[in-house]
Amino acid sequence: MKHDSSLRLHIPESRFRPGDVPDFNYLDLPKAGDAKRPAIDAKASQTRDLAYGLVRVIDDQGVPIGPWDPKLDPETLRKGLRYMLQTRVFDDRMFKAQRQGKTPFYMKCTGEEAVSVAQALAINRDDMCFASYRQQGLLVARDWPVFDLMCQIYSNGLDRLKGRQLPVLYSVREAGFFSLSGNLGTQFPQAVGWAMASAYKRDTKIAAAWIGEGASAEGDFHQALTFAAVYHAPVILNLVNNQWAISSSQGVAGGEETTFASRAVGFGFPGIRVDGNDFLAVYAVSRWAAERARSNHGPTLIEHFTYRAAPHSTSDDPSRYRPGDEYQHWPLGDPIIRLKAHLLRIGEWDEARHAALTAELEEQVDTANKKAQKLGVHGGGPYHDPSTMFEDVYKEMPWHLREQQAELAHFKEKKP
Amino acid sequence: MTSMNMVQALNSAMDVMLARDTNVLIFGEDVGFFGGVFRVTEGLQQRYGEQRVFDAPIAESGQIAVAIGMGAYGLRPVVECQFADYIYPAFDQLVSEAARLRYRSAGEFNAPITVRAPYGGGIFGGQTHSQSPEGLFTHVCGLKTVIPSNPYDAKGLLISAIEDDDPVLFFEPKRLYAGPFDGHYEKPVETWAKHPAGEVPAGYYAIPLGKAAVARAGEALTILAYGTMVHVALAAAAETGVDAEILDLRSLMPMDIEAITASVEKTGRCLIVHEATRTSGYGAELSALVQERCFYHLEAPILRVTGWDTPYPREFEWEYFPGPLRVAEAIRKIMAG
Repeated sequence: MKHDSSLRLHIPESRFRPGDVPDFNYLDLPKAGDAKRPAIDAKASQTRDLAYGLVRVIDDQGVPIGPWDPKLDPETLRKGLRYMLQTRVFDDRMFKAQRQGKTPFYMKCTGEEAVSVAQALAINRDDMCFASYRQQGLLVARDWPVFDLMCQIYSNGLDRLKGRQLPVLYSVREAGFFSLSGNLGTQFPQAVGWAMASAYKRDTKIAAAWIGEGASAEGDFHQALTFAAVYHAPVILNLVNNQWAISSSQGVAGGEETTFASRAVGFGFPGIRVDGNDFLAVYAVSRWAAERARSNHGPTLIEHFTYRAAPHSTSDDPSRYRPGDEYQHWPLGDPIIRLKAHLLRIGEWDEARHAALTAELEEQVDTANKKAQKLGVHGGGPYHDPSTMFEDVYKEMPWHLREQQAELAHFKEKKP
Repeated sequence: MTSMNMVQALNSAMDVMLARDTNVLIFGEDVGFFGGVFRVTEGLQQRYGEQRVFDAPIAESGQIAVAIGMGAYGLRPVVECQFADYIYPAFDQLVSEAARLRYRSAGEFNAPITVRAPYGGGIFGGQTHSQSPEGLFTHVCGLKTVIPSNPYDAKGLLISAIEDDDPVLFFEPKRLYAGPFDGHYEKPVETWAKHPAGEVPAGYYAIPLGKAAVARAGEALTILAYGTMVHVALAAAAETGVDAEILDLRSLMPMDIEAITASVEKTGRCLIVHEATRTSGYGAELSALVQERCFYHLEAPILRVTGWDTPYPREFEWEYFPGPLRVAEAIRKIMAG
């Protein structure tokens, strides 16, 4: 008999591609309330179940259940709903603006709003966030005006980044939002450094960082975990597993045989996998990690198990690599619908109020958008003076940049 | 004034800065309890405590990333990269992150970090302990690059680097740690004890970045050099008897263009020497600038003496190293032109 003993190369492949009917029944999804909640000084070995399981709080009937229920008052719940909805309305408006040619680029976070909004509410406003490009909800939840973000997206004269950055790569120091690079993963270990500095200065502030499951393959991710573990850095390390890195499934990043949260256990600190579409679960786990960090017990890795309902960016057409309706099949639903269901269930919300809130937010975003567009849009100006491109390379401009600035000015004069 | 070698002078610079500013902290491989493989941080952890001087995991990229985060918080971290040859894992963090943080955030955040790294050959370190990677970094806008050639400058420049609000790469010529070295490897090893630049003030002083020093004043030819090659150029000039003016650039970025052009305009001749490989090296930039600005003063073509465009071969150290013989020949060639 012929026995094939030759080696075979395994290539991870997404389960569903265009034309397939998605069926997520293969996912092992623990029930809401099942996960245990350890003390905040838990050792990595005590969080093993959490790293492989899934913390869920809101059950299918909209009822919070189990030890992770953060027992939030209705006011906070409504606040969370408002910020998530505001983020979605803002996203939709900016997506439209890109289609209208007002900005070259935009990235929505549809379906992932809880990941940023719930954590923003669970930590302090002066904790520093090292976000990735899909956490605009942090800024919204910190009441940063969307008008200011729009000015950056349009690169107009009020763009605080002076037309230097791709749209959505914000920097808002006043809102505890660290400058976004655009390089994936690089900021994850920087957050650890910021947290170490806070500890070095005996401060009380912590850092929070976000990375996608795709970029977690970068060395930066592993170095962040090493340094965070070695120095017990007061940092929350968030890994957003939204299943897709442009067209590559999470299996390509190493998620096929294990969970991303389990990485932390190997580094020696807790890893918790949370239902990223469950506002209460994200809030509770974030709170746990924040309290742990603030009381000198060190870092936590949180894997937010969610789904990227939006295209990667406005330059992406996901129907070319995944079923167009895959999001409809996602078994963990939509974070806004689920929080709304919970609020309805406890009698603290109704459809009329929801409709009114949606209208109010749309009106507010529209007004801000009109105001921002009046100040200039991409390709139309007015912008910052182009000579400002030579500023901020160094604190003081060296001679060669002064010369180049003069050279540019010379050509500007020659322009008809 | 105290007699110090370059290791002691660098140690003294960090000592002074740790004492002056609690935002200064030092980390890197083996820099804590042990005091560094070249002993540059010796005694600092004992003096300032392990919160301020500590060992780091062997992950240069992580070290620089963490330093950037600390810098954004408001600290002034000094990272020791054990050899300049080990800096490449951190290239992305230096080039894409540290160098551009101020720019991309329009001044909201900056990275006031100093990265110290021993560079260059002369110690039989082979291709992973001998490289001169400065040209990779001078090409990157947003970084500053500094290379001292003696203990006095090393201390004053390192203090400026630590106080600087931009990221500074501070390359230390490891062959000069213990004494001046002019490339005559066959001669007995010298120490800094008899060298005037081995006299170093014990306290604080800063040498501004971006200012060259005249290592030897002269009229016949300008030699542009930095680090170990300053001493090689001095030896070569003496051996040829040519009245060369030797500029010790000290700071490669920002560069002292005024000193360079003033000297070349005076002498009409220019030789560029560095230990790094030649093609697309820092010397190419110097040569282009001198040509653009001093062409009508030049009496002969600009020449470069550099390391060969090969990895640093361990067994052929002295065939590789651009020693006084090669520099002297280039001097004669330019003078004949």
